[in-house]
Amino acid sequence: VPYHRLDLSTIAAVAGAGGGKGTRSVASYDEDTNTMAVEAARAAIAATPSFTPASLWLTTVTPAYLDKTNATTIHAALGLGRTVAAYDALGSVKSAAGVLANVLAGSASTLVVASDLRSGLPGSSDEALGGDGAAALVVGCDADGEVLAEFIGRGVATEEFLDRWRVPGENRSRLWEERFGETRYGALAPIALSEALVASGLGVADIDHLVVAGTHARANASVIRAAGVRADAVVDPLLVGVGNVGAAQPALLLAAAFERAAPGQIVALVVNADGVEVLLFRTTAALANYAPQRSVTNQVARGGSVSYGKFLAWRGVLPLDPPRRPEPARPSATAVGRALDWKFGFVGSADIDGEVHLPPLPGDSEQRPMAAMRGTIATFTIDRLSYSVSPPIVFAVVDFDGGGRLPIELTDVDANAVQIGDRVEMTFRKLFTADGIHNYFWKARPIGEGEVS
Amino acid sequence: MASHGIKDRVAIVGMGCTRFGEQWDKGLDALLVDAADSAFRSAGTTKEDVDAYWFGTAQSAMCGISLARPLQLEGKPVTRVENYCATGSEALRQACYAVASGAYDSAMAIGAEKVKDSGMQGLNAYPIPNDGTARNLTAAAMFSMVVPAYARKYGVDQDELKAVLARIASKNHANGARNPLAQFRKEMSVEQLLAMPRVAGDLSVFDCAGVADGAAAAIVVRAEDAHRYTDRPLYVKALSLVVGNGRGLMDPDYDYTTFPEIARCAADAYAQAGITSPRTELAMAEVHDCFTPTELVLMEDLGFCERGTAWREIQAGSFDLDGDLPVNPDGGLKSFGHPTGASGLRMMYEAFLQLRGEAPLDRRISTYGTRSLALTQNLGGYPGEMLGFISILGTELG
Repeated sequence: VPYHRLDLSTIAAVAGAGGGKGTRSVASYDEDTNTMAVEAARAAIAATPSFTPASLWLTTVTPAYLDKTNATTIHAALGLGRTVAAYDALGSVKSAAGVLANVLAGSASTLVVASDLRSGLPGSSDEALGGDGAAALVVGCDADGEVLAEFIGRGVATEEFLDRWRVPGENRSRLWEERFGETRYGALAPIALSEALVASGLGVADIDHLVVAGTHARANASVIRAAGVRADAVVDPLLVGVGNVGAAQPALLLAAAFERAAPGQIVALVVNADGVEVLLFRTTAALANYAPQRSVTNQVARGGSVSYGKFLAWRGVLPLDPPRRPEPARPSATAVGRALDWKFGFVGSADIDGEVHLPPLPGDSEQRPMAAMRGTIATFTIDRLSYSVSPPIVFAVVDFDGGGRLPIELTDVDANAVQIGDRVEMTFRKLFTADGIHNYFWKARPIGEGEVS
Repeated sequence: MASHGIKDRVAIVGMGCTRFGEQWDKGLDALLVDAADSAFRSAGTTKEDVDAYWFGTAQSAMCGISLARPLQLEGKPVTRVENYCATGSEALRQACYAVASGAYDSAMAIGAEKVKDSGMQGLNAYPIPNDGTARNLTAAAMFSMVVPAYARKYGVDQDELKAVLARIASKNHANGARNPLAQFRKEMSVEQLLAMPRVAGDLSVFDCAGVADGAAAAIVVRAEDAHRYTDRPLYVKALSLVVGNGRGLMDPDYDYTTFPEIARCAADAYAQAGITSPRTELAMAEVHDCFTPTELVLMEDLGFCERGTAWREIQAGSFDLDGDLPVNPDGGLKSFGHPTGASGLRMMYEAFLQLRGEAPLDRRISTYGTRSLALTQNLGGYPGEMLGFISILGTELG
């Protein structure tokens, strides 16, 4: 869940209508579905150190690139080997559910990452009810590490109907009258749920945690009501605080469900997306020892506010006057190709005495992966002159715990609160986009309250 | 490893300098012609009689033809040089070595920059294709990181340090106000400067060098020939260049309160010139005050005062026009302006005027007539990744 939160009550003053109560999550100006996917995947992999995926899938409705594969960017940022496959499944929330279902049905060790940016026109319900975020699921068997939940059954109901749609290139979806979708999902969900329960030899009463995801909030609520599970079995869809994170919602809510579940319980995931997909899981004894690196609960609780004006600017809806400095030039594909480990993986080098160099120095004897290293601010500045997508640039000289120093941009930071000695961690971000090329690299961000520094 | 220098083997016999500033009516060609003509007149020579040319420009032109064409040089060797903001000094260094080697009897070093045609604020580098991971920070922001580091190391209150920086800018504005060639000719009080909005760390726009168009030139000859051109040549006592390898950016031991490249460069230059006490032997210094904290740190790196004391010395006025050791009597980069390729030669132009007694009386250095050595210090890059140049010039042989 990205750091920024938009107070929905501030929307109507500008847009004349819309908004509501509570907040939604907002991807920063330097985040997109690829950077959020990397952050989620890093957290998932950190929790399963013995896992090496055979393939990586990215699902999103809002890809950073078309024609070019996005999953290869994530592959590079995670430092995965050349023999690890990487694929995109783009365009609809249903792809996210479908990839997860098919990967679960297969046998290979797979990293399934879902990431989404949800927008609408100013004042729209999609703008107010949407959220940004990503979630990653490590799918594998005992050989990959301790299995937290076993996949035990699946149900599907597919049907063509117009609930929401978007022509490629548009920055918003259009919606049919709500009631129509509600009735379709209401008719299809019982079919899929029943199929899944029959396949796994269970009844509705056996469901300990019911996750209902999907972009149609009203349909989700009525599917929950009709399912007939215990009231305490319903998993909070995080609509207040985070919002509906679209393609990322099924995996995000599943992660939240596993955080609250006990060993030996049944978790049902229902995804309402152009039909209904149902996946059933039984948690294992290993769940008792599950301590996610970045829990959903902590991420939801954390966050800094962003004004509605800035939100609109970050989304490209409200173009702001840029600083009168040259816009950065596009990165060179060939130069990037020679620097993949550094640029995407944040891998430095060390000499024979163990002195760490960032960026790597030619002639050094070994590589030093630094993405997981934390550091301390040695000195810093705030640059109100340089070109930035969202000025000012907050910049610090960071000394890393494992040795090495790099002057680097800070993000998710209150410019007025930075101090020498502050603790930071690394995060994968988009520095700028030039000629349609997203220039990805790393920034540092303050380690949040309640997190181990 | 040796650095022998060329003490007293080469002399500057003529110099020229244009006004620095926003010269909307002059292109690079016109600036070059103005500076070169002034230098030829100053030395009493002609373009035909100068054997070779070194042309410094950071990014206003590419090769030697860019000088040969506007000056219409016939069959001359012309070299374009570039070394960041020390480009002008680099041109002089190479011209001096060429003459000292015996390859030529005379040479011109000329530096120029036409920066105000970009339509952008500040200085902007050519984008060389790269992997997109280089930092995108202004030079002002890079140098501003000296301020909290210096304050913390020496226990100086940050507001007090801001006042010290304003004192530096105020001094350089006062000097520039007395200089008809300077970009900014308005005196600024410490109070006025402190009231400016901050743009990079604790720096305001008035802590930054003026962004200016301009050109400056020098004619150098063998020392034994100098008196054929002028009664008052300036002998080259030392030329030192130290280029950093960027380790400061990677080294957690670097603390942003010193520029090690400059300290090494100073040691080399003083050894070449035989100087042991710069504070008392030098008549003046022109230093690279690209930003006010740069001048603060330079006072210590150049050995003008002890480490951790520059801020007190600045407040005490030690480096004022009438102080112990006048620094930037022409207004410095701050007030004279900073056309990158010209600045190093502009510093020497002020040494040329002051040591020969040609500076106007209202900005004549306090040491005039009692000391005969001037230092110019020019740098390129940033804290942690810097190149430094120092020259020492004098009116007396030996």
